[in-house]
Amino acid sequence: MDFRDSPAEAEFRDEVRTWLSEHLVGEFAELGGRGGPADERGWETRIEWERTLGRDRWVGCSWPVEYGGRGLDFSQQVIFNEEYAKANAPARVSFFGEGLFAPTLIAYGTDEQKRRFLPKIQSVDELWCQGYSEPNAGSDLSNVQTKAVLDGDEWVITGQKVWTTLAHRADWCFVVARTESGSQSHRGLSYLLVPMDQPGVEIRPLRQMTGSAEFNEVYFDEARTSADLVLGEVNDGWKVAMATLGFERGTAFLSQQLAFQRELAEIIGVAQKNGSNREATIRQELADSYIGVQIMKFNGMRMLTDLVKKGVLGPSSSIGKLFWSNWHRTLGERAMDVLGTDGLLVANEGNGAYELDEIHQIFMTSRAETIYAGASEIQRNIIGERVLGLPREPR
Amino acid sequence: MNFAFTEDQDSLRDVVRSFMDAKSTEEDVRTLMDTESGYDPAVWAQMGGELGLPGLHIPEEFGGQGYGFVELGIVFEEMGRRLLCAPYFATVALAANAILNAGTQDEKAALLPGIASGETIGALAFTEANGRWDADGITMVAKGSGSDWTLDGEKMFVIDGHNADVIVVVARTEGSSGEDGISFFTVAGDAAGLTRTPLATMDQTRKQARLEFKGVKATPLGAPGAGWAALSKTLDQAAVCLSNEMVGGAQFVLDMSVEYAKVRVQFGRPIGSFQAIKHKCADMLLEVESAKSAAYYSAWAAAEDNEELPVVASLSKAYCSDAYFHSTAENIQIHGGIGFTWEHPAHLYFKRAKSSEILLGDATYHRELLAQRIGI
Repeated sequence: MDFRDSPAEAEFRDEVRTWLSEHLVGEFAELGGRGGPADERGWETRIEWERTLGRDRWVGCSWPVEYGGRGLDFSQQVIFNEEYAKANAPARVSFFGEGLFAPTLIAYGTDEQKRRFLPKIQSVDELWCQGYSEPNAGSDLSNVQTKAVLDGDEWVITGQKVWTTLAHRADWCFVVARTESGSQSHRGLSYLLVPMDQPGVEIRPLRQMTGSAEFNEVYFDEARTSADLVLGEVNDGWKVAMATLGFERGTAFLSQQLAFQRELAEIIGVAQKNGSNREATIRQELADSYIGVQIMKFNGMRMLTDLVKKGVLGPSSSIGKLFWSNWHRTLGERAMDVLGTDGLLVANEGNGAYELDEIHQIFMTSRAETIYAGASEIQRNIIGERVLGLPREPR
Repeated sequence: MNFAFTEDQDSLRDVVRSFMDAKSTEEDVRTLMDTESGYDPAVWAQMGGELGLPGLHIPEEFGGQGYGFVELGIVFEEMGRRLLCAPYFATVALAANAILNAGTQDEKAALLPGIASGETIGALAFTEANGRWDADGITMVAKGSGSDWTLDGEKMFVIDGHNADVIVVVARTEGSSGEDGISFFTVAGDAAGLTRTPLATMDQTRKQARLEFKGVKATPLGAPGAGWAALSKTLDQAAVCLSNEMVGGAQFVLDMSVEYAKVRVQFGRPIGSFQAIKHKCADMLLEVESAKSAAYYSAWAAAEDNEELPVVASLSKAYCSDAYFHSTAENIQIHGGIGFTWEHPAHLYFKRAKSSEILLGDATYHRELLAQRIGI
């Protein structure tokens, strides 16, 4: 047990820190910790920032060297993410491509597919979105009804996807569709790669409770993609789709607590300024949030150690998802406690818009976090059944 | 970065677990909790002799094995699993640490070898009837000078105070207040003027006593008046030990709940197939795993004796207290009626969790302490 960097780790950390200090300057630095996929402010600058990262292979740094990556091991990935967060660099708009699709592609794609798509993800010339959820396939994801049929050398896709983050910005969508007519549940599905810029794709924005609209509904009306743009075997796409979810719940949260720490520090700062830090209840709440974010760090380090040893994170990543999403939701509620009557008003004054400051953002966006990437109830099922070995619910 | 135990540490765990499985069965616990002393001298002798557990983290120059708090944490975790009834926490986590932190080289050389070998049982008398865990709670005044001091007054909730051969007493010098004037003394368990009364404890697996001092001659431990830093550190280290002990109990009741949920059938299904029960177990696992992360990390900070210790000790004590109590409460609920009976072990863990939560300051106390320590 030793929480210090090994000499090699320290050297790598230094390399990352140096690169960031040299490149995260000017308008890039002004972006601050902005964003994530659900925030479009400063869009052009953020794209340019990510292209800068990509040119030096920091986008895709975990990919094998033969596909343009740096082949970073798990510890190095976490160190990179830690330094990235410490430098207050902006969250990534290319998350769905780099973080979700690319690892799935590397695991299940053909060599040709990898060479076709990975370079453009790294150069941030192509953005991706995730075509999973449907109106009747939320937590019960395998109830996907979107259909795809082969017409010569093309798939023809018809159906509706929903909660599709950044679909209006994306060039491609990875779509889970039913390719075996009459099949049910997780059988007969395929993982198709569909270009977004075509007549058969219609995107309608969904306005969220935050007032902004990063989510979309995506309607496929005989949209088309090439027959070879399927990842894994035809009709065997469920396991590919699950692999993507594994990456979604995967290693990113191991260093996520750094951004959360910064938010908590800001909220403590507000409490100190408005004097609510002298109230016993607020003190208890803030101390408890501090405990939570530290435990997130400790849990992350334990899971990373386990990951290095075993090579896979497995269902215990559900513990991480459940923990951070609940912690963050509670932080949002506590932040409102700290604000008191200031919480009654949002940032803008009288211009008719509904614009949220950072605390209201945390308060509201965190309501989505216990729902997306597998709702907390689904995470508890996974933990109960796959970690603790409890019997499945009869179906 | 490496958050894993070494092979040697895993072996230590195996040895201690086997010993606890054999010597601290539920039957043993039930027998000992009905006695006044609350421990088995034969088992205590084996812990000292064969296993060397009381001296585990005491430096070799004082007769110990020279390991650190990570190893000590492992031992406490295994003891917590089996609710070991023995004066180990009082002797090692409290008395030995107080002596290590407060004593001079000569005092350590005089007191620690007996503790390391298991011949001497120790206790730390600092809490009083006011039930406070901070410096202001210490009102007992020590009078004297040089090596000649006298104690008058009362100490309460003294863990294993009635079993101890040597009692480390915390008092204050005349006219002092707050963190000033805090002083350590040692007193023999059978000292003239000392009356020890075993208390009726809610948690019968860990005994406590009331100690009344009437003109008791006491030997200074370290320099009288300058003891607060040593006491504060001792309490942090003890909180780390207790956190690890709580983690052992919490894992044990989680296992108990999961096993029962797999075999208990109602409505024609194992109750663990119902989300109402499954989700409780999932939440328990999340809390137990998180408590482990906190307890292990705090043990490392104690072993390193680094500047993080005060913060992570309070963090760990607060989180582990809540997690342990919640696990034991859910364990009763998952077991239903059988979990409410005297015959079932669920209540033994439930009571141990509550007493462990209160001892050294409850979660609310430690969250406030943490707020002060991180400057909220």
